[in-house]
Amino acid sequence: MKRMLFLTSTLMCVGFAAAAQGELNIVSWGGAYGASQMEAYHKPYMALTGIKINSIDADNPATPIKAQVEAGNVSIDIADVEPSDLVRLCDEGALEVLPIDELPDGADGTPAADDFIEGGLYDCGVGTIVYSTLIAYRTDTGVAPTSSADFFDLEKFPGKRGLRKGAKYSLELALMADGVPPAEVYDVLGTPEGVDRAFAKLDTIKDQVIWWEAGAQPPQLLADGEVVMTTAYNGRIFNAMMEENQPFALLWPNQIYDFNLWVIPKGAPHKDAAWEFIKWSTDTQRLADQAGFISYGPARKSSSPLVGLFKDGKTEMGPHMPTNPDYVADALTTDIEFWADHDIELNERFNAWLAAS
Amino acid sequence: MADIPADQSAGIMRAADGRPLKVALARAQTRARRRAFLLVAPLLFFVLVTFVVPIGQMLHRSVHNPTFVDNMPQVAAWFRDTPAGTEPDEAALAALIAYLAAAAEARTIGAVGTRVNYEMQGTRSLFTAAGRRAGRLEAPYREALLDIDAKWGDPALWSTMRQVSTAYTANFYLAAVDRTRDLDGSVTRVAPDRAVYLTLFQRTFLLSALITFLCLLLGFPIAHLLATLPLRYSNLLMILVLLPFWTSLLVRTTAWMVILQGQGVLNNALVSLGIIGDTGRVELMYNQAGTVIAMTHILLPFMVLPLYSVMRTINPSYVRAARSLGATSWTAFRRVYLPQTLPGIGAGSLLVFILAVGYYITPALVGGASGQLISNLIAFHMQNSLNWSLAAALAALLLAAVLALYWLYDRLVGVDNMKLG
Amino acid sequence: MAVERGDAAFVAFEHVQKSYDGETLVVKDLNLSIGKGEFLTMLGPSGSGKTTCLMMLAGFETATHGEIRLAGRPINNIPPHKRGIGMVFQNYALFPHMTVAENLAFPLQVRNLGKAEIEAKIKRALDMVQMGRFGGRRPAQLSGGQQQRIALARALVFEPELVLMDEPLGALDKQLREHMQFEIKHLHDALGVTVVYVTHDQSEALTMSDRVAVFNDGRIQQLAPPEELYERPANSFVAQFIGENNTLPGTVETIADGACTVRLAGGELIEAVPVNVSAAGERTTVSIRPERVEFKPERLPPGARTVEAEVLEFIYMGDTFRTRMRVAGNDNFVMKCRNSIGQRKLEPGERVAIGWVTPDARALDPH
Repeated sequence: MKRMLFLTSTLMCVGFAAAAQGELNIVSWGGAYGASQMEAYHKPYMALTGIKINSIDADNPATPIKAQVEAGNVSIDIADVEPSDLVRLCDEGALEVLPIDELPDGADGTPAADDFIEGGLYDCGVGTIVYSTLIAYRTDTGVAPTSSADFFDLEKFPGKRGLRKGAKYSLELALMADGVPPAEVYDVLGTPEGVDRAFAKLDTIKDQVIWWEAGAQPPQLLADGEVVMTTAYNGRIFNAMMEENQPFALLWPNQIYDFNLWVIPKGAPHKDAAWEFIKWSTDTQRLADQAGFISYGPARKSSSPLVGLFKDGKTEMGPHMPTNPDYVADALTTDIEFWADHDIELNERFNAWLAAS
Repeated sequence: MADIPADQSAGIMRAADGRPLKVALARAQTRARRRAFLLVAPLLFFVLVTFVVPIGQMLHRSVHNPTFVDNMPQVAAWFRDTPAGTEPDEAALAALIAYLAAAAEARTIGAVGTRVNYEMQGTRSLFTAAGRRAGRLEAPYREALLDIDAKWGDPALWSTMRQVSTAYTANFYLAAVDRTRDLDGSVTRVAPDRAVYLTLFQRTFLLSALITFLCLLLGFPIAHLLATLPLRYSNLLMILVLLPFWTSLLVRTTAWMVILQGQGVLNNALVSLGIIGDTGRVELMYNQAGTVIAMTHILLPFMVLPLYSVMRTINPSYVRAARSLGATSWTAFRRVYLPQTLPGIGAGSLLVFILAVGYYITPALVGGASGQLISNLIAFHMQNSLNWSLAAALAALLLAAVLALYWLYDRLVGVDNMKLG
Repeated sequence: MAVERGDAAFVAFEHVQKSYDGETLVVKDLNLSIGKGEFLTMLGPSGSGKTTCLMMLAGFETATHGEIRLAGRPINNIPPHKRGIGMVFQNYALFPHMTVAENLAFPLQVRNLGKAEIEAKIKRALDMVQMGRFGGRRPAQLSGGQQQRIALARALVFEPELVLMDEPLGALDKQLREHMQFEIKHLHDALGVTVVYVTHDQSEALTMSDRVAVFNDGRIQQLAPPEELYERPANSFVAQFIGENNTLPGTVETIADGACTVRLAGGELIEAVPVNVSAAGERTTVSIRPERVEFKPERLPPGARTVEAEVLEFIYMGDTFRTRMRVAGNDNFVMKCRNSIGQRKLEPGERVAIGWVTPDARALDPH
């Protein structure tokens, strides 16, 4: 598998500049989220160590990893990925196994293994944030949705909907809107009947959906008035509300939790420096710092008390965090194992469903 | 030739220095040929490295996936040595479990599982789950495996594993045309709710044909105008035609988004003119209409340029001759002018169609669900599912379809009848 | 200007003017009538307006002013395809995507003729130009001469009463051109069709035409049968343009009874026919054809005036000898003699007395 693959260079177009010593190439999601990492991690770390960090944006940073590893030409040192991608890549040996017992203890002395929220620490990756995929809507349409069922109610809430193009989130949301309690969603989705039920629910709004792919799209679609409500990442909407005064609001019930994690691709050019960066950037203070730039929750429990005000100096971050106790009750945590096993299957079904219009 | 002396007595022509004329000629031509070859050699090398080799790699990958045989050579060998349908014996199971244990240790456990999962959904977790416990398993292995998951006893699983145990397989091509193998290895259709590629191939070709037709419809008059206008006007018009070439594809596509979207320029204009009501805004984007409009605009120059270059060479006296012979202007156009533009129409249509078939960014941005083309699914398998072999098989089918079209064109019109400009 | 008028005219241009840019006239007040069955050639240098006239007749250009009539009918507003005029183009304009037979069938098909009739007519037309075996070929597979014949056949196959030819032989080599000239002439004689032929080649015009209209500067300079055109050019442009010509500038000394005397630049006095001069003292150019110049006194009429000439160059041309000499200050005076038995070759530097008969010396405009 280490053969040269010209295919890679022509089709994938991931021509990152070869990194010199004293550099780190970090691939992340761009937009307001990328900016928060730049402010909370990259800039202070560059000032601290003199290492130059090249920040690269991707629609999904996990995408180029397999291509690079298989071509034996890895230029990425660190990527910010979702857990399901992490598990899949890790199982296929595309990621470095990390000595996670070297991670620093929490500020309160809790060992790292206990300090990270469950699902935030893996052999191949270290969590940074907890984010939420949830329904965002315009507040100037007169009526406000109150549940995920309203997302599918075209009579009460006429207008276009935005959904992330893919099986993940769409199917869970459909089941919860159809009355499945969050705790049972993955059990139902594990059966053929459950999958049919989810697609049947999606069928009811299919011709009103605009499918988005990049996290920056939903706030844009809302701002342009192209959709009246859409699934979105909570931080992106928060920043659009704060910084652009957009008339948006978030519907917290039935939010779907997920982590973002740092990973190091196998054969990364600056593997050791990358691990040093990860250890530093995931300590209690740094994770708390990032929450000051975007409304994503820190992956360490010990960071929560340190989260203060938004960078505008007046907005209390607590009510905007997915980890806020008020929002947790009927939240759904993404089942990573489920998606690692069913990702391909459900996405193929999803593609077929999407194409059959 | 007259000044080359001839040695008629010897019966052969000789050059001035006494060598046979044929030898001298061959030598002179060899030199010229060698020089010509050296001149094109860099390009040849470039084309070889950037075009022929990658396409060869792609074609190879579409039938070659050695994940299984590379990772589990002993299990693969057992499959090779036994006839289809053989129940796995303890030796085979021992080899399987040894691999799983080693792979779990090396953290490559997902590779084989993913490969099997391509062919049989939901089997990946069988391998990862078994891998986690493989180190502790003891003989008899059959019972031990069944103990982890009853699915290990499913003949369909073993039939699938047998299929993927060879490095070379046509299964990706089957998948690319919505076919699969059932238990006894015969080819069947996939379930209707999984069939996607044939629909998309069909839509891709239909939409591409429509786009080609629209480009021809819009491009023909423009090209004719360009070819007949005085040079100073036609140059200006030509700049307008070429303008899209000088703008990035992404910029052009986003510009169309601004124009076409529900709250966009076009809809707002129609509403403010009172042609449509505020609630009756036309959906021009996130559907096939968006794909067709944006791609027609983007591909138009590829139609205009070959047409223009052909039309410019058509002497106006042909149409005059036809008119003087009694043809109305319509008949003269249809029977005399139009047939002579066929090389341009052919070249332009072929070019636009081939480009449209492989277009990716524009349908992804403005196509919504119904405006997606096969290239978007190829991208999906390259980037998301990472099933490169299937992506390669889809791409190879696309390539084959384009080549078939080219062959058809050659048969009907003749490739020497094509003028690209 | 000799213009035949009358109802008998098959084609008539009346006060036709043409301007492309609204500033200059390419055709200035053209009046011309062409009889039925006539072979009329429009001859002139490029830019003289002859092709524009042809295109107006064919219907591809509209007259800015004036009227064009065909068989008594004004055709200014009739589109080209309804005029029923056959046309042969300079580049033949054979449709490259059709075979020879299809090319010939084209004018018949647009006239909705029956299949059998079309085939019969094609066969007759191909036989007429001796191309009967070439019906299945494509134009590109034919030589220039063969293409020319097909173009001719196509223009004639629908039996038009008028055929226009726009420099149809211009692309052929000399030998083939001369051969085709005769063929076209024979076809014209055989079919009795009216032909309007445009060329800038004067020998072509002289060989083929019943009458020639010499164009220059948007006007017809002279309209006459070839013999008259050559023997009696109406002005010095025509004299210069048609055939070879010697010019001797001078001043009219006396003029009376269809004869005049002209004092040349060197002081010599010669006799000439007054054409464009009317009074003594006017400046004039006397025109004499080289083959009408004679240097043997015994061949000149008794009492004819002679002029002193100095031989500058002798050129042997096979059937003729060309002798360039200085006459009355003109270094380019040429005498042409037949290479007949006992013909004398003049040596450069030799001085001889040359002369001609008076009708051959024509006193034209000084120009």
